[in-house]
Amino acid sequence: MSLDPSFVGRTYPPTAPYQVGREKIREFATAVGATDPAHHDPEAARALGHPDVVAPPTFPVLVTMAASRQIVNDPELGVDYSRVVHGDQRFAYTRPVVAGDELVCVNTIEDVTSRGGHGFLTTRTDVSTVDGEPVVTVWAKIVVRGEK
Amino acid sequence: MDLPVQTYRVTRADLVRYAGASGDFNPIHWSDRTATGVGLPGVIAHGMYTMALVGRAVTGWAGAPDAVVDFGVRFTRPVVVPDTDEGTEVEVAAVVKEVTEDGLTRLDITATCRGEKVLSQARALIRTPR
Repeated sequence: MSLDPSFVGRTYPPTAPYQVGREKIREFATAVGATDPAHHDPEAARALGHPDVVAPPTFPVLVTMAASRQIVNDPELGVDYSRVVHGDQRFAYTRPVVAGDELVCVNTIEDVTSRGGHGFLTTRTDVSTVDGEPVVTVWAKIVVRGEK
Repeated sequence: MDLPVQTYRVTRADLVRYAGASGDFNPIHWSDRTATGVGLPGVIAHGMYTMALVGRAVTGWAGAPDAVVDFGVRFTRPVVVPDTDEGTEVEVAAVVKEVTEDGLTRLDITATCRGEKVLSQARALIRTPR
């Protein structure tokens, strides 16, 4: 499907804060088999200089995927979510996510293209604390498959 | 320099656990009926689950859970997970491309399932292991 290229550069209002819980990090780490003590034990995390347990590298997607519904559900953009396939994913960290963080996402549409009947949408999500400290920038490219 | 290959077994139970932990309940990751209905060979792993396994390999090679500075992949082929005790396996390999002047190590990563690449342009930048 074709997406409207005039959406490139559009930035959405900041999302409501996401409270990163210690048990959520432990649950996620267990689900992906990440056994390093710093994901589970606050003392082990503090020994590395962090205030609480450290999230595995892909954990921020829990926060950004929820935040990106702002874009995917934007009626003006008109993405058919049943036809969406995940294309690319990238994380650039200022620092790891830790338990106790309250994270706010600002979504920007970086690129919109159409090729071969498919639509391609690249979003950037700047994730920072409620106090404005940058934590991680997350890019996702989704493919909206054509009807044929 | 080649880093030691990491092999991860992936079963349906792993996908169910990941769905719960991540909140991604798309039925193509647990229902054969839905997966085959949209033209897939069967239930497939979440792309982000595969990326998380690669993340495990990367932090393992780095020797620190907080060493990843930049991490990106492109999802090119689905990881099909049969409903068996064995499930399937994902193999993760990497080569060190560069150690930068500011002490970061650039890795080029390969992830395969049944001999086929499931990711492309998989790269990580990590703080160089001490």
